Amino acid sequence: MWDLGKYSERIALIDEQEVKITYGQLSEIGEDICKNVENRSLVFILCTNSIGSVVGYTAFMNHKIVPLMLNAHLDRELLNELLRIYQPSYLWIPENMTDEFSMFQVVINTCSYSLLKTNYQLKHELYEELALLLTTSGSTGSPKFVRQSYKNIKANTESIISYLKLDENERPITTLPMNYTYGLSIINTHLYVGATILMTERSLMEKEFWTLFKEQKATSFGGVPYTYEMLDRLRFARMDLPYLRTMTQAGGKLSVELHKKFAAYAEENGKEFIVMYGQCEATARMGYLPADQAVKKCGSMGIAIPNGQLSLIDENGKEITEHHKVGELIYRGDNVTLGYAESVADLLKGDERNGVLVTGDMAETDDEGFFYIVGRKKRFLKIYGNRVNLDEIDQMIKSHYTDVDCASIGVDDHMKIIITNPDLVDSVKHYVAEKTKLNPVAFQVKYIPEIPKNDAGKTLYKVLEKYDL
Amino acid sequence: MEAYNKIFMEILNVTEDELSGLRYKDVECWDSVGHMTIITELEEAFGVEFSPDDMVEFDSYEKGIEILKKYNIKL
Repeated sequence: MWDLGKYSERIALIDEQEVKITYGQLSEIGEDICKNVENRSLVFILCTNSIGSVVGYTAFMNHKIVPLMLNAHLDRELLNELLRIYQPSYLWIPENMTDEFSMFQVVINTCSYSLLKTNYQLKHELYEELALLLTTSGSTGSPKFVRQSYKNIKANTESIISYLKLDENERPITTLPMNYTYGLSIINTHLYVGATILMTERSLMEKEFWTLFKEQKATSFGGVPYTYEMLDRLRFARMDLPYLRTMTQAGGKLSVELHKKFAAYAEENGKEFIVMYGQCEATARMGYLPADQAVKKCGSMGIAIPNGQLSLIDENGKEITEHHKVGELIYRGDNVTLGYAESVADLLKGDERNGVLVTGDMAETDDEGFFYIVGRKKRFLKIYGNRVNLDEIDQMIKSHYTDVDCASIGVDDHMKIIITNPDLVDSVKHYVAEKTKLNPVAFQVKYIPEIPKNDAGKTLYKVLEKYDL
Repeated sequence: MEAYNKIFMEILNVTEDELSGLRYKDVECWDSVGHMTIITELEEAFGVEFSPDDMVEFDSYEKGIEILKKYNIKL
């Protein structure tokens, strides 16, 4: 995937403790790790934004060992369930978590990460092009993963590099989890051009984040809508960040107000603000709004990325050619992933999409062909940039509690969980927060006596949304 | 002090006796989302506008009291 030898003297990663890893070291340590790992095996990576996490990831990818990426903070019960379903041969985890996996054998410790050999006997049969497995929704522990191929990642990486004009002088700072497609694409693209990535687990709300940002002269970062809300609240415009050149945004639609604010800030301060559009199902990116259009086309997600194609279809699947007419957004390109996996058997599946992705997003174009997202076909919300599948939330609650019916609705960053048992309101709130790791300010649990349904027993979400809850 | 404590207790879902010594990330609710919510509520309740530095240096229950002092809010 990456030609690490090409940049061997350059620094690939720096962390808060000022530990530096060159591309040469990245390659050498990778060899040390992978000589202990069987070819084409499955590894669970418990990701953090740290040097060890990236070292393992690049090593596995470069040796055609298939990583399944999870957040290291994933609820333990949900993790156990995923282990049971996929039975990976190895785990790559933070060294300080090895005690929790004492049933597995430590093979090697390096860069504060450990390689563990599990005791599952399963010999995985993996499709030869399968490179990587990523979650569709980070928090509910769903066994559904997106299957990305080597070609997918390479195509998307090269396209992103071309429209963002990335080179070895870039110094992005991590702001998004590595197991999250957008965060990972920042790592993928910057390693591809020999740039230096500043790795931190800190959030924007911590002094240490800004110390690293300033001392290490970060040139770019990415953010989901919530990141930009936080930056706005932090009165970001008052900060002196002379080395910052580029801010990118994806992971949900930014409010027009914030889009305007940041576009204007960028214009006034000689920086670039680039709104982008993507999904894990398209590796990472599908569209972008060129920086010089940021002010003029406020609220737009832009145009297709290089070597990609965006179009709209009506209810009958017919392509819409006129502007200002809403249809479902379709994307074509080499970064359209193979499909989903929900079980070990699915890991042998080939390409099920053939380069065409039906996004589930509803959009329209303006007179100049720029796309604007207007809604969503599927039942999910984006909460802090992460997809939260409302049906999965309902399922999770119904299978944990016996005496309750429930239905979740809401808008991005604000979910409403409606339940039919008034005594469970606090308990459900606590349970969902614990399982999903969502901050409870992101959702409310409300009681109603009965969930509205049609004669066939299907929940009438549209009716529910009209209730004053 | 009552208003200050109430904001912490409600957002972080903790009791009054847990407040002393409480730091960022000590409880799950005090993550970046919780932090932003605390900042917003404090600015509203006390009619102040924190500087960017003060917002990110605000990393404990006690530090918040100290920072508010700079804005002439005595708790």
